[in-house]
Amino acid sequence: MRVTLRIKRFNPEKDEKPWWGEYEVDVEPNDQLLDALHKVKWYQDGTLTLRRSCAHGICGSDAMVVNGRNRLACKVLMKDLGKKVTVEPIRGLPVIKDLVVDMEPFFAKYRAIKPYLINNDPPPEGRERLQSPADRERFDDTTKCILCACCTTSCPSFWANGDYVGPAAIVQAHRFIFDSRDQATAERLDIMNDMMGVWRCRTVFNCVECCPREINITKAIGDVKKAILEGGVR
Amino acid sequence: MIYHKHDAVIVGAGGAGLMAALYASKEVNVGVISKLYPTRSHTGTAQGGIGAALGNLEEDHWEWHAFDTIKGGDYLVDQDAAEIMCRDAVGIVLELEHMGLPFDRTPDGKISQRPFGGHTNNVTKQPVRRACHAADRTGHMILQTLYQQCIKNNVQFYDEFQFMDLLVNEGRVVGCVAYEIKTGELHVFHAKAVFFATGGWGRLWNVTSNAHSLTGDAPAVMLRKGYPLEDMEFFQFHPTGIYKMGILITEGVRGEGGVLINGLGERFMARYAPTLKDLASRDVISRAIYLEIAAGRGINGQDYVYLDVRPETVNRYFDEDGKKNPDGTPRRITAADIEKKLPDIADFCRTYLGVDPVKQPMPIQPTAHYAMGGIPTDVDGRVIVDVDNSVLPGAYAAGEVACVSVHGANRLGTNSLVDLVVFGKRGGIAMAQYCKQVDYGPLPPNPEAETRRQLDALLSRTSGTSAAAIRRSMQDVMMRNVGVFRTEKLLTEALEKIRDLKHQYQNVYVADKGKRFNTDLLEAWELGCMLDLAEVTALCALNRTESRGGHARDDYPKRDDVNWLKHTMIFKQGDNYRIGYKPVVITKYQPMERVY
Ligand SMILES: Cc1cc2nc3c(=O)[nH]c(=O)nc-3n(C[C@H](O)[C@H](O)[C@H](O)COP(=O)(O)OP(=O)(O)OC[C@H]3O[C@@H](n4cnc5c(N)ncnc54)[C@H](O)[C@@H]3O)c2cc1C
Ligand code: SF4
Ligand code: SF4
Ligand code: FES
Repeated sequence: MRVTLRIKRFNPEKDEKPWWGEYEVDVEPNDQLLDALHKVKWYQDGTLTLRRSCAHGICGSDAMVVNGRNRLACKVLMKDLGKKVTVEPIRGLPVIKDLVVDMEPFFAKYRAIKPYLINNDPPPEGRERLQSPADRERFDDTTKCILCACCTTSCPSFWANGDYVGPAAIVQAHRFIFDSRDQATAERLDIMNDMMGVWRCRTVFNCVECCPREINITKAIGDVKKAILEGGVR
Repeated sequence: MIYHKHDAVIVGAGGAGLMAALYASKEVNVGVISKLYPTRSHTGTAQGGIGAALGNLEEDHWEWHAFDTIKGGDYLVDQDAAEIMCRDAVGIVLELEHMGLPFDRTPDGKISQRPFGGHTNNVTKQPVRRACHAADRTGHMILQTLYQQCIKNNVQFYDEFQFMDLLVNEGRVVGCVAYEIKTGELHVFHAKAVFFATGGWGRLWNVTSNAHSLTGDAPAVMLRKGYPLEDMEFFQFHPTGIYKMGILITEGVRGEGGVLINGLGERFMARYAPTLKDLASRDVISRAIYLEIAAGRGINGQDYVYLDVRPETVNRYFDEDGKKNPDGTPRRITAADIEKKLPDIADFCRTYLGVDPVKQPMPIQPTAHYAMGGIPTDVDGRVIVDVDNSVLPGAYAAGEVACVSVHGANRLGTNSLVDLVVFGKRGGIAMAQYCKQVDYGPLPPNPEAETRRQLDALLSRTSGTSAAAIRRSMQDVMMRNVGVFRTEKLLTEALEKIRDLKHQYQNVYVADKGKRFNTDLLEAWELGCMLDLAEVTALCALNRTESRGGHARDDYPKRDDVNWLKHTMIFKQGDNYRIGYKPVVITKYQPMERVY
């Protein structure tokens, strides 16, 4: 089938302001949007710029706004997008070129939540730390995050204030706060309780609707809020 | 040109690179350059598990793991290296757990393990639960955990920097050249050592499980500089890629009881591997699928078969095989178990195929998956430059890009993740030791000149052939002619075609002339690397007149230990190639016939 892609283009090296490029491509219904973008890049206009790697929704490279919604280009099929498809860079991060944004502010938020297990006891000699399947289950959902930024860049609170840590960083914090092996709960809850922490979330649900890993982000945020109010994890 | 100085530079931030960075950075000053953000590395897609003989669910020994690895590799494995890997694996998996890796757990809280192809109890010959897993996203968890530890330890990263040249002066490594993707600037890294951890090159083939970024840049650069590549003819086709797309469906599906079914509804693996059946090693299964299809027994006579993990099918075969739980009750699986243990696989099938794997079988075909060959190294990651095992001082490699060789002619599932962490760590430690012993060597004059010349050549043309068209032709011919089955005729044809494409590449045209995030330029540069690797793969395959592991020659169907129990080492000399050989290291496992 033949579709029209309207792609927001911007190369600060030569463009004064963003412009819309229109491209007609022939695609199979089961093609990914990423395939369609490659058809433009490879056979029509080599200057079209995007990030991609794994091509099956696992590496988190190709978040973009597709028909108004944050998606991974490799995880949405053409048959679900209609005949006219608009594609824009994710919002709230500086555009480097076309669909490529500067991810550094996003990763800085990730680093700010101390995204690593903190446990000061020496690990047991010659065996693993034990953890019951039920304890492991408590943070299973948030271990799936691939740091694609779909959630954070769809969040109205983040658009309003770029200092808000954003849902992705909260998801990452949740992964450690609810891990029975981690000992830094108080420290992590403090970071989350900050002015720019969880309370900026107004529960608008944009984030949860666009997570390509189907993480229940608002539940994770709710869990963290509850832990702060209760002074720890119960 | 921008100048940096680090004791050691690590190229690549997947499992191997991050493990090396963690260990080396404890001792010396390290910079890690990666063309992707570290968390985008392909290690994150590894699904099924990491093998280690923990024996958490049943008796197991690292010696059994070593034997399975050697047999799985069709005896082309260097046995000393396999023994080190399988022995170290046990401690290193525990170490990953200590770092925070969220493995699935057994009821008593230990790391959970599942069966995987070719991993056996050496006494009963039955599948053993050896693959330690975190659902079907084990690689994602490894990558995340290692990156987290690197953040904790303040490792310095150069994200979205592409390695383009190794600097060697007075017989030793003195640094490397990298291209900063965001700005188009060249950076010279002055270093005592450079560590390659750039992963595989599955993008040489049309149907592959590999990321777009897996283009073999580092091995191509090494080859051009006159250093050898080892066993390039051995590239693994994983039996279960999603039909036409190549997206991997982990062997874990078969570990949980899934079976392969042909167009007649038969579980055909029972004929090819009577004991292990659907859990035989990958080369055996990929060939079986190919033979079924060739005999017209694909689904509806087409070029795919089914992988069936519907509970009713799985339970029927559990009963037929007399499969039991550790407590003696018959083994069972439910739809909920599949969702729980294989959530990503279920998601891939629904997203990309519109197939619900608990209700319908999945259409699959073999997919280009894993490079057994690569940059030759010793067991401490030191790069070897000739058939006598001489090293290039300051050069290290580990992970999929390296050939130690622990995978020989065919890698067992779960053994790549083991390889990354074991040899990433060993290499990282050895490199730090080396850096402490030597001074910086002098940089050659104009260190970035060769890279600049390559890029200028690509940018200067105002018209020419499109890189995409050349790449497509290369991928097609590699799939058709240098795939699961090979013959002299197919390989000769492939070689001619690739040489013709290399010729066309001389005239390749890059439309984007800018400096900022110029992926058009980078894709063209990567294609140059892939064409070189395609050529040597076809050449080495043509040269090896036997069938062994992942290299199956229709015209030489038998393994030939008299003439071919040896590693291929290919060297570039001027415009030609020279092939040499290195003996296989044998400790205590004498080559025998391989039956599953
Ligand atoms: C879908 C899939 C599932 C798998 N499942 C399993 C499994 O269950 N168990 C198992 O053991 N193995 C599995 N494997 C194999 C295993 O995942 C890989 O072999 C392994 O992860 C490779 O790791 P690596 O560290 O060598 O390289 P990668 O993780 O591929 O990382 C390569 C790194 O090099 C960088 N790089 C590459 N070129 C350049 C350059 N020119 N300049 C700068 N940086 C560069 C990249 O940015 C990246 O950071 C699977 C593979 C696939 C594809
Ligand atoms: S629920 Fe909270 S974090 Fe998510 S989009 Fe809304 S405000 Fe942002
Ligand atoms: S929570 Fe989901 S949307 Fe947000 S970064 Fe992680 S994977 Fe992406
Ligand atoms: S390319 Fe990896 S998530 Fe889309």
